[in-house]
Amino acid sequence: MKLARTDLKAIAEKTIEYMHLRGLPEDHPEGPYKKAVIICRGTGCTSSQSDKIMERFQTLIAADKNESSIEVVRTGCFGLCEAGPVVIVHPGGTFYSHVKVDDADIIYREHLIGDQPVKKLIYPDAVLEDGILPYSEVPFTMNQKRVALRNCGHIDPERIEEYLAHGGYQALEKVLFDMTPEAVIAEVTASGLRGLGGGGFPTGRKWQFTAANPGPEKYVVCNADEGDPGAFMDRSILEGDPHTVIEAMIIAGYAIGAAQGFIYIRAEYPIAVQRLEIAIRQAEDAGLLGDRILGSDFSFRLELRLGAGAFVCGEETALIASIEGNRGMPRNKPPFPANSGLWGKPTLINNVETYANIPVILMNGAASFRQTGTEKSPGTKVFALGGKIKNVGLVEVPMGTTLRQVVYDIGGGIPNGKAFKAVQTGGPSGGCIGAEKLDTPIDFDSLKAIGSMMGSGGMIVMDEDNCMVDVARFYMDFITDESCGKCTPCREGTKRMLEILERICDGKGEKSDIDRLESLAVTAQQASLCALGQTAANPVLSTLKTFRDEYDAHINEKRCPAGVCTSLISFFITDACIGCTKCARNCPVSCIAGTVKERHVIDRDACIRCGICQDVCPVNAVIRK
Amino acid sequence: MIQLTIDQKTVRVPAGTNLIEAARAAGIEIPALCYDPGLEVVGACRLCLVEIDGFPKPVTACTTSAAEGMAVHTMTPAVRRLRREILQLLLDNHPNDCLTCQQAGECYLQRYAYEYGVTFRVHDGARRGSEHARFTDTSSPYILRDESKCILCGKCVRTCAALPERSVLSFAGRGFMTKIAADLDQTLEASTCVSCSRCVVACPVGALIDRRQREKRVRAFSAETTTVKCKQCDYGCEFEVLQANEARVVRPKAPSGGRPLCLTGRLRAEIEYAGDPKTPYLKRETDKGRKFERVTWSEALGLGQVLQRIQEEEE
Ligand SMILES: Cc1cc2nc3c(=O)[nH]c(=O)nc-3n(C[C@H](O)[C@H](O)[C@H](O)COP(=O)(O)O)c2cc1C
Ligand code: SF4
Ligand code: SF4
Repeated sequence: MKLARTDLKAIAEKTIEYMHLRGLPEDHPEGPYKKAVIICRGTGCTSSQSDKIMERFQTLIAADKNESSIEVVRTGCFGLCEAGPVVIVHPGGTFYSHVKVDDADIIYREHLIGDQPVKKLIYPDAVLEDGILPYSEVPFTMNQKRVALRNCGHIDPERIEEYLAHGGYQALEKVLFDMTPEAVIAEVTASGLRGLGGGGFPTGRKWQFTAANPGPEKYVVCNADEGDPGAFMDRSILEGDPHTVIEAMIIAGYAIGAAQGFIYIRAEYPIAVQRLEIAIRQAEDAGLLGDRILGSDFSFRLELRLGAGAFVCGEETALIASIEGNRGMPRNKPPFPANSGLWGKPTLINNVETYANIPVILMNGAASFRQTGTEKSPGTKVFALGGKIKNVGLVEVPMGTTLRQVVYDIGGGIPNGKAFKAVQTGGPSGGCIGAEKLDTPIDFDSLKAIGSMMGSGGMIVMDEDNCMVDVARFYMDFITDESCGKCTPCREGTKRMLEILERICDGKGEKSDIDRLESLAVTAQQASLCALGQTAANPVLSTLKTFRDEYDAHINEKRCPAGVCTSLISFFITDACIGCTKCARNCPVSCIAGTVKERHVIDRDACIRCGICQDVCPVNAVIRK
Repeated sequence: MIQLTIDQKTVRVPAGTNLIEAARAAGIEIPALCYDPGLEVVGACRLCLVEIDGFPKPVTACTTSAAEGMAVHTMTPAVRRLRREILQLLLDNHPNDCLTCQQAGECYLQRYAYEYGVTFRVHDGARRGSEHARFTDTSSPYILRDESKCILCGKCVRTCAALPERSVLSFAGRGFMTKIAADLDQTLEASTCVSCSRCVVACPVGALIDRRQREKRVRAFSAETTTVKCKQCDYGCEFEVLQANEARVVRPKAPSGGRPLCLTGRLRAEIEYAGDPKTPYLKRETDKGRKFERVTWSEALGLGQVLQRIQEEEE
């Protein structure tokens, strides 16, 4: 059924009737449901069986003939992936964590029917002495501000009605009927929004350049390649709120004068791909995509293009080559895609998260958007927080929030009483930031100034047990595999840098290795064709700058201070040993000697440094030195 | 026309001229391994980096168009350092084989290494291609392919693709393990290669070698070279005749101006100009795939019937 302008509001109002339970919006009419069970069906929770949990709730409700007042809702990611699978029960926003399929029966019986929240299944930080905190008030959520993720965890991503109920496609309606393309671009420019795919290029300027090029054939592209190790921001947006990206792309098409869009997404994101397919079909059926959208004069079509999962295909010129059916290799810029992109036509390429902000900017205005964030980096940024951090998950914070706030207030600090060592932002193109820089505000320019970068939003926390030479080696290993192989400094240089780092980790480093590393790093930076090679040495340069002592220990003393590099550590049994023989029995190469109740001894020459003895020792008598 | 200075020399060039050509017009040569005026510009080798006043960092001369008032510097310490390191990276992944390499004297890597004083080093790092196999693909009687010498400039790929119906060569693999592959990583014999040797002519190093020339042990620097025109068709491709001591070989010359080069033309030039020409081979489809087979000269040149008629007429 094709929708007219007036239909949008009617559907929204009708849908809100049953969505009021979920806490949004405040002034709601009474609906048919009395309770709602919200189940995260993002990739993380789904892979730990949230699909089965959802089915179980549905089965239980169906089996109960008297029960028709409980709604089961599938949503995208809530953020706290660490606690998954996550189930939330409204009203009240009770936050159940690590839910198992069998727990569904208990929650159903005791909470949904019996009105008694099941305390032992609730997320521990939400249980206070005098009550239970709703999901929206646990420290992890409290300190965030969700703009790009505003609908994730609140709406069913497979139902366009719920997106409409949350104000969806109203920005599009406003743009199509009340704004000229110039006015749209002016608003985006005024918002100060910068590209969230990593580069931070002003979005409004990019739209302006693309619009300024003569048509008629132009393209709008969404970059959903997201290949950084550990990053899942864009995937989560597409899984939780696919329509927002679609709406933004239609708006972009109207603004720059394009009638065709492509979403380039990696095939390894099956849930996101499926939800996008559903969303595109729904938008087409509703007349929000296709000819004469909502009865206006504007027509726009959207197609998916699946990428094969090469990191470099996220680079915009390689992405274009890949959509055109060629090998994904970057090419020299200029010309920029805004002048010559897909099939040589002017092409606008933005990131998923960038697009997710567009409907908000156009609905509420640039001034309102600018109230969050900093002068030069307005708005928010989504991060995939991982590594040695208590609350692993997806967070969205205002620009200008300090790294310390993210790591401690939202992330909950380092688990197991370990000491913080560094936080890595920007993925393989970024750098490691030490403790002394933790009060740096998160924005494009500040992160760059300290030798890292915003990047697309990976944020990995490292503690005293991480070896920074090993970290540099890890990223270089990634880059060496992912270099497209086109230009010499990146293809050959990253391999040689990796070899040096491997040598250092292996205890074979020499003093001259540091000079050679620095020289290769500068060459890659200055001479590589694309940003992959130009930034490839950032992890090396930033760790060299902040953690030079660790490099020196590896090279001069043949010692790995963090005890990570296996060639440089040895295991030793202290006199705390109670002679339980556990280590000797578990050693795969039988190199531990000792009799019952006597201190055991490791034969260091035969030891393969697997660490099993340390893991099995009941009294922590095995140490690494 | 656009006026700019290159190493303080003022030069005027038509709009759209890239800096390599602009420099050439000023009598200055900028080193480049992947650039060829007849092929698409890719900026892959990064050797042609130059500094331009007002630019934050070096840019590749091949991909930058001359602009009015530009002040270009091709020999600053910074770009010379980058070139040396890039050459070192290439040599670190290249066999030390100039003594017996067919390309010696014509090799651009050798030439720039000499100019910039960069030498082979002993190291225990990885090397691409087979270090021990002298040639990795000896399946073709016309072209020898040695992956270990390939510097991945991509010229062979671009020159092969210039004739869309050929497009046999392409990049395969990723990162350090990137390589050039024929069709689906097949041997030249099994692939759809038509042995036109465009790629051999384009290759700046010894990774693609004219096998018939090598078998006669004639290197260009010790030979006298003359150019002859092909009479096979109207394109008028050119061949070089190399004469050294008693040996005389024929090899294809760069196919400028849209000329395609072909095997028949090459064989025809051989029978006309080469001393003691080697047996010709043609590729045949067999039930074991494509195979090179020895053929007679009349078969190779498609003259069977013609010769028969001539004989009949003359009898
Ligand atoms: C090696 C490399 C990988 C990249 N990967 C991505 C990616 O996965 N997603 C993305 O949005 N941008 C990626 N980019 C940045 C894009 O080239 C481009 O700048 C971006 O899509 C522009 O969108 P934005 O202005 O909205 O950020 C990558 C860049 C490089 C150099
Ligand atoms: S810098 Fe690396 S990824 Fe970029 S073009 Fe060069 S080889 Fe390819
Ligand atoms: S470290 Fe491993 S190999 Fe060595 S003694 Fe302990 S268990 Fe055995």
